[in-house]
Amino acid sequence: MLTNTSWANPLDLVDITSVLTPEERQVRDSVRAVCAKSIDPYVAGWFESGELPVARELTRELGAVGLLGMHLEGYGCAGMSAVDYGLACLELEASDSGIRSLVSVQGSLAMFAIWAYGSEEQKQEWLPRMAAGEAIGCFGLTEPDFGSDPGGMRTTARRDGDDWVLNGTKMWITNGSIADVAVVWAQTGEAGGGIRGFVVPTDSHGFSAPLIHHKLSLRASITSELVLEEVRLPGSAILPGVRGLKGPLGCLSEARYGIVWGAMGAARSAFQTALEYAGQRIQFDRPISGFQLTQQKLAWMNQELTNGTLLALHLGRLKDTKGLRPDQVSVGKLNNVSKAIEICRVARTVLGANGISLEFPVIRHANNLESVLTYEGTVEMHTLIVGQALTGQAAFR
Amino acid sequence: MNIVVCVKHVPDAQGDRTFRESDNTTDRANVDGLLSELDEYAVETALQLVEADGGEVTVVTMGPDQASDAIKKALQMGADKGVHICDDALHGSDAVATSLVLAKAIEKLGPVDLVVTGMASTDGTMGVVPAMLAERLGLPQVTFASEISVADGAVTIRRDGDAGSQTIRSGLPALVSVTDQINEPRYPSFKGIMAAKKKPVESWTLADVGVGPDEVGLGAAWTTVSSFAARPPRGAGTIVSDDGTGADQLVAFLSERKFV
Ligand SMILES: Cc1cc2nc3c(=O)[nH]c(=O)nc-3n(C[C@H](O)[C@H](O)[C@H](O)COP(=O)(O)OP(=O)(O)OC[C@H]3O[C@@H](n4cnc5c(N)ncnc54)[C@H](O)[C@@H]3O)c2cc1C
Repeated sequence: MLTNTSWANPLDLVDITSVLTPEERQVRDSVRAVCAKSIDPYVAGWFESGELPVARELTRELGAVGLLGMHLEGYGCAGMSAVDYGLACLELEASDSGIRSLVSVQGSLAMFAIWAYGSEEQKQEWLPRMAAGEAIGCFGLTEPDFGSDPGGMRTTARRDGDDWVLNGTKMWITNGSIADVAVVWAQTGEAGGGIRGFVVPTDSHGFSAPLIHHKLSLRASITSELVLEEVRLPGSAILPGVRGLKGPLGCLSEARYGIVWGAMGAARSAFQTALEYAGQRIQFDRPISGFQLTQQKLAWMNQELTNGTLLALHLGRLKDTKGLRPDQVSVGKLNNVSKAIEICRVARTVLGANGISLEFPVIRHANNLESVLTYEGTVEMHTLIVGQALTGQAAFR
Repeated sequence: MNIVVCVKHVPDAQGDRTFRESDNTTDRANVDGLLSELDEYAVETALQLVEADGGEVTVVTMGPDQASDAIKKALQMGADKGVHICDDALHGSDAVATSLVLAKAIEKLGPVDLVVTGMASTDGTMGVVPAMLAERLGLPQVTFASEISVADGAVTIRRDGDAGSQTIRSGLPALVSVTDQINEPRYPSFKGIMAAKKKPVESWTLADVGVGPDEVGLGAAWTTVSSFAARPPRGAGTIVSDDGTGADQLVAFLSERKFV
């Protein structure tokens, strides 16, 4: 019988690391290193001011590591596994959900749409520059009046000779105001799946992307409106490879998968902070970590963090071997984002008044996760997708 | 330019490092290992030199099976190939034996322009292997470089001391050890991680480098660790609250311990 005498790592009690390959660990360590150097020292400031002043430089730096479109093959992308991508999302989101959002939108939404559905010319034109972080992408699906139910979208694409002419408004679009290219989904009215994707250079005449202000969550992330007024595009701007809602939904499934991991990063950061704080904070002449109620919180956070990380890893291995169904991704997103926000809230209580200060990452994570709970499919929608998978009945329409 | 970098796989300083009860050698089994951080500067130095002038970087390590992880990390950073000298007889080797094995391996690799090492390992921290290695290879040793340049068949380094800095120049081939001031080591990019999977790593035994088992290992060591004791846990410390006499209390504390 083996007896394990190794050191108990409080951030990985059950040693999940031991089932990662050396390459996977290095992916994790490289992302952690770039986060520690270029994100962690500044992100609370960006959050406080609600700005991302270095978005371009940061995107290039993330591109140099290979983070952008890392799970795609060819066109300057690194061609990493789903588990590698997940580990990267976890480390990014341990720094901030807003930065992870930048990377998710770039790689899993904008680049993935072009990679999976684009023409060879579109891929050659955009993917290498996007992988390097020289060009930033955004993904316009949501509209002011159509969120969970994007099928009813009002943005239209009208054929005019060989050209397409786009009109409409998209809302809550991550990276919008800093993007060089927008993947915009619009209703063409064509038979057999009227919703089509378009690759829209943001310097196109009639395109603008005003910044959305007054956000109290995901403040270290740029969120914008996209306004399309008679935006004329050549016929080659349409994504030829897909018709109908399954186009955008395919991209969302990719990004959601990353969030399953990412949420655990935010949770880990909050848990780690709470654990360290509890060990140092003295009340009633002893560290508060010695009180049973605190230990109950710490033990619970550890449980949920462990469970969620294992679920993410399981889904990742499955994605790398068999592929994932959307309802499997929903199970992960539903569980992990909900648990992550609970972990952050519990961690916040451990820090007492310091829990509401930006000096510590906890309230920032909790706050960010309010957005993560809603975007890429709300808690309710994922609940209903799981419900549909279980019962065969779609309760959402 | 042909550069050989000698690297060491050491127990992670973030784990609970200790010695083996049985023979007082470093316990490598219960703590994860990694490429010694001080050696990352050596790898980075070599990579920058070949990136500027062309050439090849070979990484050499001596150590147990898992020491190949240190080579892998260097390959992921961008080195071209690796050599791992691994042999049960090496267990417990001291600096003298280590320098012997590394020297034989470097000789076997063929002509080399520059051997680069870190300034010390982060576990043993003896810092003598570079000098011993240079002696065995018959190379000029320019150690503790915090700046380096290579031009016209010569290497120039800056060595910072307490009183001032020296600029030292040596013809090639030479051995250079570098400090943690010389550069900021890169972390492997994803492309580097993928590329490293295909880079060649050779595994050599003692016999391959022509060293006898009696010349290395614990038995041949010139020094041995006769005992070890864990550092006593840190005391709670004293908190001085300033009721007007705070400065006096601090001075009293310091002078009592002969700090002032
Ligand atoms: C910071 C941020 C960044 C974003 N980035 C992007 C982006 O880059 N690109 C993009 O296209 N979109 C983006 N979004 C938009 C996001 O995807 C939508 O907000 C989300 O899909 C929900 O849509 P909604 O806000 O219109 O809410 P609604 O759909 O109006 O939902 C309101 C509430 O009703 C519930 N609900 C709706 N329908 C049902 C039903 N059938 N049964 C039960 N409950 C229901 C919802 O779950 C929710 O609780 C972003 C959002 C945020 C906050």
